[in-house]
Amino acid sequence: MDDIRSGLSEVECDVLVIGGGTAGPMAAYKARKKNPEATVILLEKANVKRSGAISMGMDGLNNAVIPGHSTPEQYTKEITIANDGICDQAAVYKYAQNCYSIIQELDQFGIRFQKDETGEYDVKKVHHMGTYVLPMPNGDTVKKALYRQLRRMRVLISNRFMATRLLTGKRGRAAGAIAVNTRSGEFLVIRAKAVIMCMGAAGRLGLPTSGYLFGTYENAANSGEGYAMAYHAGAKLANLECFQINPLIKDYNGPACAYVAGPFGGYTANSRNERFIECDYWSGQMMQEFYNELMSGKGPVFLKLNHLHEDTANHIEQILHTVERPTRGRFHDGRGTKYARDMIEMHISEIGFCSGHSASGVYVDEFARTTIPGLYAAGDMASVPHNYMLGAFTNGAVAGEDAIDFAAEVDFDDYDGEAIAVERERVLAPTRREDGIPPNQIEYKIRRLVNDYLQPPKVTKKYEICQARLAEVREDMENAMVARDAHELMRAAEVASILDCADMAAFASLFRQESRWGLYHWRVDHPERDDEAWNCHVLLSKMDGAMSCEKRAVQPYIIPIADDEKDAYYNQRVRAQA
Amino acid sequence: MPLANTATSVPVVVDEGKCIADKGCTVCVDVCPLDVLRISDLTGKAYMKYDECWYCMPCEADCPTGAVTVNIPYLLK
Repeated sequence: MDDIRSGLSEVECDVLVIGGGTAGPMAAYKARKKNPEATVILLEKANVKRSGAISMGMDGLNNAVIPGHSTPEQYTKEITIANDGICDQAAVYKYAQNCYSIIQELDQFGIRFQKDETGEYDVKKVHHMGTYVLPMPNGDTVKKALYRQLRRMRVLISNRFMATRLLTGKRGRAAGAIAVNTRSGEFLVIRAKAVIMCMGAAGRLGLPTSGYLFGTYENAANSGEGYAMAYHAGAKLANLECFQINPLIKDYNGPACAYVAGPFGGYTANSRNERFIECDYWSGQMMQEFYNELMSGKGPVFLKLNHLHEDTANHIEQILHTVERPTRGRFHDGRGTKYARDMIEMHISEIGFCSGHSASGVYVDEFARTTIPGLYAAGDMASVPHNYMLGAFTNGAVAGEDAIDFAAEVDFDDYDGEAIAVERERVLAPTRREDGIPPNQIEYKIRRLVNDYLQPPKVTKKYEICQARLAEVREDMENAMVARDAHELMRAAEVASILDCADMAAFASLFRQESRWGLYHWRVDHPERDDEAWNCHVLLSKMDGAMSCEKRAVQPYIIPIADDEKDAYYNQRVRAQA
Repeated sequence: MPLANTATSVPVVVDEGKCIADKGCTVCVDVCPLDVLRISDLTGKAYMKYDECWYCMPCEADCPTGAVTVNIPYLLK
C-alpha cells in the first residue's frame, strides 16, 4: 500500500456526489430514491462509514424548526439578523420549511431525538431569540444509520478517491471530476451529467494554538478542496471574508458545547466567574465579545458548570464525553478537570471557511445550484448561512432531488481531454522530484502565515504582507514540493487547496471595505459597518485566470426585518446591574 | 534540500496481543478519516504510520477486539 502506481480509468454516471460526510450521503440517497433508474456515484476521500464532520456522531440539532416551538418565519428572521442582513432568505426559508420532514425521516432511519414525557420533541432555547436546539440521545449512531440507507438504496460508493478538479464541458456545464486514489496515486475520471459537491469546510486554514496541524476544530480531512475546486471551475464563492471562528476548549480545540450545557444552566464566564454574554449561540457578534473579554484582562474565558448540582454537571459531562468528540473526556482526565468542580478553560479557534457556522461558501440558490449549470453544493461548503448538520442533511436532499431531475434532461457535456493530462501532471509533480520540501512543511508555513497575518483584527498592511509571503510559498509548492508515497501525495494535493483558500481569504477580506459580522470581519482600517456601500454579498471568482471580486445585491427579503430588530445580535453583552 | 527523519510520538496505540490484523482484519485502517493507520509488514499488526491524528476515535470504537487506544496528541494534551 502507498506505492505510487500509474493508472487512469474512466466511469460514467448520471449524478456524481463528491464527499460522503453528511450532505453527500443524503444527496445520493435522495437522488436514487427519486429516480431508481439513475446511476449515482458517491466519491469519498476517506471511507463513507466514518467520514466528515460527524464521523463519531453529533449530540444534537442546533437549528431544528419544529412546529409548536418555532416557525420558519422566525428562524429565517433570526438567521438574517445573526448574519448582519447579508442573507438570501429564500434558501434559509426553504431549509426552515423542509427540515422538520428531514428530522422525521432521520427518525425513521433509527436516529432518535429527545422527547419529553408527553412524547413531544424536547426542544431547548440557545439562540438569542428563538428555540431550535434538539438533543440526540443516540447521536453516535448517525453515520451507521446513513450507511445502511446508502446500501439499501444501492448507491455506488467509491472510497479513498480524492477529487482534485472539476471537469467543465464545452457547453459550460458541469461534466464530471478528476480524482486520485489516496493509496496508489491512480487516477479516476468520473463523467457525470450533474455534480454535487459536499466536501465540507476549509478546516485546515488557520493553525491551532497547539501547533499540531491536525488538531483543528473541523475534521482535519476537510481541507477546503470544495472551495478550491469550485474556484478553479469558475463558480462564484460568497462572503469568504466572513470567517469561521469558534469558542472552543483551549488546546483540545473541540466545542465546549454551551449548546448542550446552556439549557441545563451552564454558561460562558470570565476569570471572575462572571457571565459577560447573554447568549451562547455562536455568531460573529458573540465572538467579538468573547475576543474583547480575552483581551481585556478579565480572561481567560471559561465554560462554567460548577455552580450546578453535581448530578447535573455529571450528566452534561456524560453527554459531552460520549458523542461528537468523545476524546474530550480523555483530555479532561489527563488534566484532572471535573465539570462539577472546575471551570473549563476556553479559547477562540483558528480561522476557517464554513457556512455551517458562519456564511462563507460556494454561492448557491434555494435549489443548491451554483453559478455553473449542473453543479450543486450543499453542507458546510455551500453559502446557506449557519446551517449546521441539519442544514447539510436538508440542503443535501434538495441538491440530490434537483440534480437528478437536471441529469434526466441533459446529455453528457463534452470536456477537453487535454484537461485530464494537465491535471494529472499538476497533481503528480511532487512525485517526480528526488528531494525538496515535504507537504507538511509547506502546509505549516501557509497556516502559520494565516495566523500571523489573516486572523482578525484584519489590518490592511498585514494582509498585503501575507499575500506576498503566500506567493513565495506558492513558488516553493509548485517547484519544490516532494511526495514520496501516495499518502504524501494526498497531503500535497490538500496543501494546494489550503493555499488557494488562504489566498481567497485574503483577497475577499481586502475587497470588503467595512467591518461586519463582529469578529469574523473586523477591518481595523474600516471599523464601521457601512450599509450604504456594503449591504451586499461579495462574490469571488476566477476571471481570466486571476482572482476577482464583485458585489451582488442581497435578494429582497421574504420575511421583513424591522429596524428595531436588526441589531439584536449586537446587544449581547451583559449590562452592569444598576 | 535533503530530508531528515524527525521522531514524533504518536497518539494511537495498538495492543498487539489483541490485534487480529494478521488474521485479515483491517477495520481500523478502513475507518480512519485521515488514513493514518497501516498494517505492519514485519508484525502483521496495525500501527499508526503517520502522525496526523484528529483524535476522533472511529479506530478505537470500531475495533472488534478492543486493541486500539486513542490518546490525546502530546502537543495538545
